[in-house]
Amino acid sequence: MAEFEKFLFKYIDFPKQDRIDTYMAHGGYEAFRTAVMSMTPEEVTDVVIKSGLRGRGGAGFPAGRKWSFLPKGTNKPVYLCVNADESEPGTFKDRELMEREPHMVIEGSLIAAYAIKSSIAFVYIRGEFAYGARQLRKAIEEARAKGFIGRNILGKGINIEIIVHRGGGAYICGEETALLTSLEGGMGYPRVKPPFPAVAGLYDCPTIINNVETLANLPHIINRGAQWFASIGTPKSTGSKIFSLSGHVNRPGNFELPMGIPLRELLYEHGGGIRDDHNLKAVIPGGSSVPVLTADKIDVHMDFESLAEAGTMLGSAGVIVMDETTCIVKAALNLTQFYQHESCGQCTPCRQGTYWMLAILHRIEHGQGTREDLDTLLDICDNIEGNTICPLGDAAVPPVRSTIRQFREEYEYHIVNKKCLPGTAAPRFG
Amino acid sequence: MEHTANRLSENSINEIRRLKSIYPHRKSAILMVLHVIYDQYRYIDRQAMAQAAELMGLPLIDLEQAASFYTLFPNKPMGKYHIQVCRTLSCQLRGAQNLVALLQERLGIEIGQVTSDGLFSLVEVECLGSCGTAPMMQINDEYYENLTPSRVGEILNELRNKGKNG
Repeated sequence: MAEFEKFLFKYIDFPKQDRIDTYMAHGGYEAFRTAVMSMTPEEVTDVVIKSGLRGRGGAGFPAGRKWSFLPKGTNKPVYLCVNADESEPGTFKDRELMEREPHMVIEGSLIAAYAIKSSIAFVYIRGEFAYGARQLRKAIEEARAKGFIGRNILGKGINIEIIVHRGGGAYICGEETALLTSLEGGMGYPRVKPPFPAVAGLYDCPTIINNVETLANLPHIINRGAQWFASIGTPKSTGSKIFSLSGHVNRPGNFELPMGIPLRELLYEHGGGIRDDHNLKAVIPGGSSVPVLTADKIDVHMDFESLAEAGTMLGSAGVIVMDETTCIVKAALNLTQFYQHESCGQCTPCRQGTYWMLAILHRIEHGQGTREDLDTLLDICDNIEGNTICPLGDAAVPPVRSTIRQFREEYEYHIVNKKCLPGTAAPRFG
Repeated sequence: MEHTANRLSENSINEIRRLKSIYPHRKSAILMVLHVIYDQYRYIDRQAMAQAAELMGLPLIDLEQAASFYTLFPNKPMGKYHIQVCRTLSCQLRGAQNLVALLQERLGIEIGQVTSDGLFSLVEVECLGSCGTAPMMQINDEYYENLTPSRVGEILNELRNKGKNG
């Protein structure tokens, strides 16, 4: 394979890359122009299907196929929602794109809107990303001044408006149906699928929800073709991926690399190895919702299929690294507190299950656990999984179940000795 | 308190009117309207919310429901500098608990409290999407990342001086 050349992050360190003149000097908006001037919406969809681009939000569903589920010949308006509600612990890639390459996100959104024949796109950005929202708004105004947004775009009679909508601090709204109820002005409660949003989404109209990074890929796919994109990565996980690396590595941050790179290479070459020359203990490879890998399992490739074979998931590709000073019970407790807090409360198994898991983990971590607690925790996991409207319940299970399976001895040590393993009690600060 | 003291500013009113008109259904603007109220008051003032509901032509309960569901909208005044420390895993792994302890010690308040001079309030929050620059805190709209004990001291001093002079 040819040497990989970054394309999402190629110019990200370039001065004023967030301004439209710089972005256009680097070829920006050429793809949107090409799509509008010389391709039909169906041709754009076809190229995206052929590229193999899969959703970068976590589920990995093929983006072009998602578009193709829109009902043909509908007389209702079609909406595009850009999922910019990045909140999965360990994930911070969309934030970097929106803050530093906002025009790539906007151009990708325009291409998607053209392909699905939508005249309004909403960018649902998490409320805390105030700077990202300002960057996107500025980019939209610059793009409008150049005639890429608004009425009769490029004289082709196409109208597209983009509205930046700020969330209110609820992880659940990153789930696509909760995003829609939130955008309609209600509390962020997920809806039962089917009907899928492509058929009945925002205001009961056909709606496509795509992740920020997914959309940022579109200008490159249009410019360079489906075959080019499909030649990067693995046959089933095509293209590049932005891996968010955090925790106990020397160089945390976002790294754009081909799909399928070895996890070991990501940690030790790109991440600079484990901090303080400690030994690696565990890695969560795909955002907080996926099963943990022990240190002896890092010779795995970072793509959807390889990680599924290894018993975990690529998810959002938020890679959380834990060294030998980490108390695994405390880590599971931390993530369970997250899910308990973020459960919308609609489904009993999730609302009650996360509450009880938190209470039990809390007592184990604080020296009051019993031997039965581990089986009780696993039993609660079984009762949450698959029994909720949305995937938040399922997401709360792996941090508990996988850490008990992989580190049962450490849990038992807490229960017997009423304390953390020696050397794992307190992370370093500063 | 004077009733007029809780009126929305001219800017806020204009922004709410603008928001009312840009969505296909005006109820969609609720979260953005709550942001407008929050930006003016740094909390969700009840009278302002009622005034906003009237401007929107929506029942007050719709705004109240959203304000109670979403965590970004406190219902009582917080400090002039509202400090939110991320407590989730990547930050915990890089010392978020020590960061909170340090802030409590320097400010002399517990989590959820406001300093007696009204300058600072402190809360712990879930993942702010800043995991690669942990530990971190958000103060009002700004992110403060890659924090160290000495950097925290500097930030508090800067804000204390700024807050007292303005």
